[in-house]
Amino acid sequence: MNVKKYLLNEKVIISLLSVLISLVIAAIVMIVIGKNPLVAYAALFYGAFGTKEAIIDNLMKASPLILTGLAVGFGFRAGLFNIGANGQVIIGALLSAYVGTLVGSYPFFLSIPLVMIAGMLGGAAWAAIAGWLKAYRGAHEVITTIMLNYVATFIANYVVNGPFQAPGGVPKSPSIAYSAQFPNIMSVGATSLSTIIFVSLAAIVVIYVIIQRTTIGYEVKAVGFNPYAAEYGGISIGKNVVLAMAISGALAGLAGTTQVVGVYGRYFGALGGSMGFDGITIALIGQNDPIGIALAAFLISSIRTGSNQMQIAGVPKDLVVIIQGIIIFLVAANRIIKTIRIRRRKEAEA
Amino acid sequence: MEKADYSQYAVVMKGITKRFPGVLANDHVDLFVKKGEIHAIVGENGAGKTTLMSQLYGLIRPDEGKIYINGFEKQIRNPNDAIEAKIGMVHQHFMLVDRLSVVENIVLGKEPVRGPFFDLNRSRKEIRELSKKFGLLVDPDAIIEDLPVGMQQRVEIIKVLYRGAEILILDEPTAVLTPQETNELFEILKNLQKQGRTIILITHKLNEVMAITESVTVMRLGKVTGVVRTSQTNPNQLANMMVGREVLLTVEKDKAHPGEEILQVKNLVVKENRGIEAVRGLSLSVRKGEIVGIAGVAGNGQTELTEAITGLRKVESGKIIFKGEDITNYSPKKRREMGMGHIPEDRLKHGLIKLFPVYYNFILGEHDDSKFSDGVFLKIEEIKKFSEELVKRFDVRPPKIDLLGMNLSGGNQQKVIVAREIAFNPVLMIVSQPTRGLDVGAIEFIHKTLISMRDKGIGILLVSMELEEIFSLSDRILTIYEGQIMGETTPDKTTPEEVGLMMAGHKLEDIRQEA
Ligand SMILES: Nc1ncnc2c1ncn2[C@@H]1O[C@H](COP(=O)(O)OP(=O)(O)OP(=O)(O)O)[C@@H](O)[C@H]1O
Ligand SMILES: [Mg+2]
Repeated sequence: MNVKKYLLNEKVIISLLSVLISLVIAAIVMIVIGKNPLVAYAALFYGAFGTKEAIIDNLMKASPLILTGLAVGFGFRAGLFNIGANGQVIIGALLSAYVGTLVGSYPFFLSIPLVMIAGMLGGAAWAAIAGWLKAYRGAHEVITTIMLNYVATFIANYVVNGPFQAPGGVPKSPSIAYSAQFPNIMSVGATSLSTIIFVSLAAIVVIYVIIQRTTIGYEVKAVGFNPYAAEYGGISIGKNVVLAMAISGALAGLAGTTQVVGVYGRYFGALGGSMGFDGITIALIGQNDPIGIALAAFLISSIRTGSNQMQIAGVPKDLVVIIQGIIIFLVAANRIIKTIRIRRRKEAEA
Repeated sequence: MEKADYSQYAVVMKGITKRFPGVLANDHVDLFVKKGEIHAIVGENGAGKTTLMSQLYGLIRPDEGKIYINGFEKQIRNPNDAIEAKIGMVHQHFMLVDRLSVVENIVLGKEPVRGPFFDLNRSRKEIRELSKKFGLLVDPDAIIEDLPVGMQQRVEIIKVLYRGAEILILDEPTAVLTPQETNELFEILKNLQKQGRTIILITHKLNEVMAITESVTVMRLGKVTGVVRTSQTNPNQLANMMVGREVLLTVEKDKAHPGEEILQVKNLVVKENRGIEAVRGLSLSVRKGEIVGIAGVAGNGQTELTEAITGLRKVESGKIIFKGEDITNYSPKKRREMGMGHIPEDRLKHGLIKLFPVYYNFILGEHDDSKFSDGVFLKIEEIKKFSEELVKRFDVRPPKIDLLGMNLSGGNQQKVIVAREIAFNPVLMIVSQPTRGLDVGAIEFIHKTLISMRDKGIGILLVSMELEEIFSLSDRILTIYEGQIMGETTPDKTTPEEVGLMMAGHKLEDIRQEA
């Protein structure tokens, strides 16, 4: 286990350092624009953890980000770059909302699993299209998932402005059945902590187990690390590319579902926001490790939640975007630096 | 403090120690290489040869010890320092860019410019001069991927010389060469030596050591166990020093008792990557309990043949019949399930997942078998137990099953693959270059194992560029040339010369008619 621990530590160090350095750089920026970084960070911290509402808000933001982070991270494990989590979130949310409106007469122990399955299947199918195109038609998943994002957005716009629109002319779906809604754990003022947080926590465990303990995880990793050897070992590359995309999409679809069943009670246009793209950031910072991803999601949700308070303290909210950007840059740059080093070494060997 | 005089030595490494997590790869190693000599480093797989040379070339840094070049202590922190000290290294696995031309590869990292422009013409001229001077003929404008391995190696050597190397390190340069190419390489090395270059040669082939070196350093388990003048030793003694026991340099086996045909290949046509037919209407059969050897110069369709039989490459026409079933279009998985094992030619491409630990590599292909998986979950405990046994039985070093594949020495990677395929109890084994890069002890072991598999009734198709290996293991020998079989013989009814002629494209019947 030594070697693995060693690697793991190196990864953890890289991520932690990146976060620290980015905070320092942002602090320098603040000093340059004449603000006190200590005040700003204190406000940020207070905004993210200072009150019950803040903590609830923070957790509710982290919850879907964990899922999209896991989605993108799982794709990375198979050597796939799923940029289409956003589209998969939308399709998942849409489908779960639709099923959610149909299960009014069912008890919750039927309707809740049904909406969740619908959402996951929706995301999985949407991603599997890109997987299939890659495996059997050679189309690169980056291109196809981006295109599928647009398609998903347009489909959603169409249906919530037409066949699946709530009365009243607003672009949103009818609300889902009460039996399909996740209960809240607690509410403080207007903010509520929904039980959907448990879905995200469960997903961390499930994905961790899939990657580390299952035959599927073995095959997916083999394909990601060395497709030639995988094929030699009787592992079907095509099947695993589709499967990995589907699992990735299911997670993204689940992220959309949780917003329907735990936050809004219906589908509406901006529900997914950019959480699919955030998933890329989070998977990078978390270095594709389920636990790393959970922590990274919490980090991002914290600086976002805290940013309002920072704004009130007089430091522009956009600074957190800069912080986030620098973190990604540093984590990615670490790879760049490593690659450059290897290339140099190779050239020198020449 | 004594101040030793090392001025007669091109390279002195003193007290070199290098630890990897859990492995002492070099343990106070001393190496003395005289100026202008060809010095061999031999030793078992994992003895620490590559590690030692990587430190001389600055790829990794020693934990302890000093390096002296031409009598002066030198800090070698990276390959640039090494190049500055006029040291060059040709690696076991080549590091060329496939799509670039020979010149482009050679100048890579040291591109000649005139003003803002790339000046390839000047380098082309320099390369021609180098080629001529050392007898390293190669077309500067050829594309790397079109060149045979032997030529690629020349490119690597020229590259090293182009950077001004006076001291050349070659890590198992002959492992991938044909006997012909090996001879040519040796001519080149002697030439280089005449021109005053010093050469350090890592090899597992003791006859090569005897043929061209002046002195030998023997390593074992990270330590130097002997330094001898080549003229005062012999292969048996060297083998003894390496392995620490008597090694049989020849294979002993009884007569085969072949049973029914288990594999038939009929009129097989297979294309290589560029779309040219590499296997051209080839037929052969393998019976249970026999070893059928395919002799031939590399690049005559062996790769494509084995890949087609194992399902890794598409068949254009013809049939493959295994256990009486037409498997021409079966997936690799299906063939495995029917009992076909495969030791692939390219271990890093097909055989091993470098980022998987050893115990994961041991179950590749069997990972969904009920022994290792209940259908959903891997049985990690069983897998580890199984791996511990294999590591012991096949003497993989270090015996650590959670080491990543990439951290094993080349020969031990090969052992992992061979162990896996044998443990999987196939009824037919497609074996390609099974002992490439293995030390004498390990070769002895693998050969014995293959023979005992044969005696248990397993059919074996053996592809090897080593004529010796073909002769000592095969019950029947087929010689392949440009994708066709030139003739079939048995080891006792032919000579290496005759097979050599077939390898060069003469049909057996023609040869015998003339004789
Ligand atoms: N990066 C690494 N991390 C851990 N162990 C390593 C690493 N590199 C090498 N080793 C170990 O160091 C030992 C020496 O390896 P080395 O590659 O030098 O052997 P070698 O003598 O070249 O063997 P071979 O003949 O098989 O090529 C081996 O046990 C190997 O597993
Ligand atoms: Mg080596």
